[in-house]
Amino acid sequence: MQDSGIQVLFQGTNFLRLLEGLLVSLRISVISMGLSVALGIPFGVIMTSKNRVIRFFSRIYLEIVRIMPQLVLLFLVYFGAAKHLHMNLSSGAAAVIVFTFWGTAEMGDLVRSALISIPVHQYESGFGLGMTKIQVYWYLIIPQTIRRLLPSLMNLLTRMIKTTSLVVLIGVVEVVKVGKQIIDASRFTIPTAALWVYGMIFLMYFAICYPFSRFSAKLEKRLKD
Amino acid sequence: MDFEFMKSHIPLYVEAAKMTMKISLIGIVLAILIGLICSLIKTLRIPILKSLVNIYIEISRNTPLLIQLFFLYFGLPKVGIVLSSESCAIIGLAFQGGSYMAEAFRTGIENVAPIQTESGLSLGFTKRQVYFHIVLPQAIATSVPVFCANIIFMIKETSVFSAVALADLMFVAKDLIGIYYKTDEALFLLVTAYLIILLPISLICTWIERRVRYAGFGNTSPISGN
Repeated sequence: MQDSGIQVLFQGTNFLRLLEGLLVSLRISVISMGLSVALGIPFGVIMTSKNRVIRFFSRIYLEIVRIMPQLVLLFLVYFGAAKHLHMNLSSGAAAVIVFTFWGTAEMGDLVRSALISIPVHQYESGFGLGMTKIQVYWYLIIPQTIRRLLPSLMNLLTRMIKTTSLVVLIGVVEVVKVGKQIIDASRFTIPTAALWVYGMIFLMYFAICYPFSRFSAKLEKRLKD
Repeated sequence: MDFEFMKSHIPLYVEAAKMTMKISLIGIVLAILIGLICSLIKTLRIPILKSLVNIYIEISRNTPLLIQLFFLYFGLPKVGIVLSSESCAIIGLAFQGGSYMAEAFRTGIENVAPIQTESGLSLGFTKRQVYFHIVLPQAIATSVPVFCANIIFMIKETSVFSAVALADLMFVAKDLIGIYYKTDEALFLLVTAYLIILLPISLICTWIERRVRYAGFGNTSPISGN
């Protein structure tokens, strides 16, 4: 076991550097997630509108997001915007824009389906009891919507964290990039470095995403009972 | 936009699109098989196998495909297992997609009301008959929307494979940007190619979903205006 290569993870500041890289990915996903929630809730409400034009355009937005791979969107923003809008977007900013664009649509759709899944009689009973429209929403609809929303929100968050691993492909220095640097630096001293470093990154992502998906599964179960 | 340039590079994209579709097709078929087997094991509660399936699903769902690929492509050769980028891509896609499909089928099976099974049994069907003739057909119908979403998701995921040197659409676009600096043209062709592949699939999926819902399965929410 002396020469298995696992020591590459603990040489110098390697492990710390990997963690720092992970933090970069996490920061991008947390910022994008926050923006997506903030923009997605109004978008979801808009999507339940009875206006056909509004529904048509929100549908198109949703379809674009659904059809285009996130990596393609990243390329479009990172290379396309830089050239046409003469903006020198950092790769991190491009990533946040893309993930927010994507997250807002997904979040909107979740909000929409949560809203329409509330049975009509909930509204009717509220009105029947003499509540105003605001009261009905505040006391009946919104609490129920949030309960239905939480599990899928957690799912979206894990998907967002997982998808941020793509940003290495437009040049963000995050955990994979740091991993590559470590592998390159120890190419001759520790030839098996790639196995350990990528294995470690694999575990790191798992360690972050697993609690969220457990939590979401638990919420979902509680919702069913 | 340099149309001549675009025209002369269309064949390159066609080749790449074929590669993307080939990998997607094999990956999706494998993922459906894995998903069916896993969901059967989970719902029939076969001991030991059930825990293994659970471990697989959790690992696969909670790690990014890109990292799985890097591990397969760059990590494994260090212990003597050398995989081509094509087989890496297929293994990765089936591994990731399998767990998504398994979850889709499982929720479908769980959504079939217990009374269906009970009625079947009381009519004198055997357990297996109830499963294959009553539960499964309904389960498949209810999982159609998720199933379709998964197929689109998996085709989209193939864009990641350019990172392990698979000559797919993403790879060609990256190459053209890198060599000729024709960013607009390369990106335009890339977007068009994905639209051509995915738009019909998405439309077919919406159509199927509607058909299945009309048949009386699936979501029948009180406000089903859209």
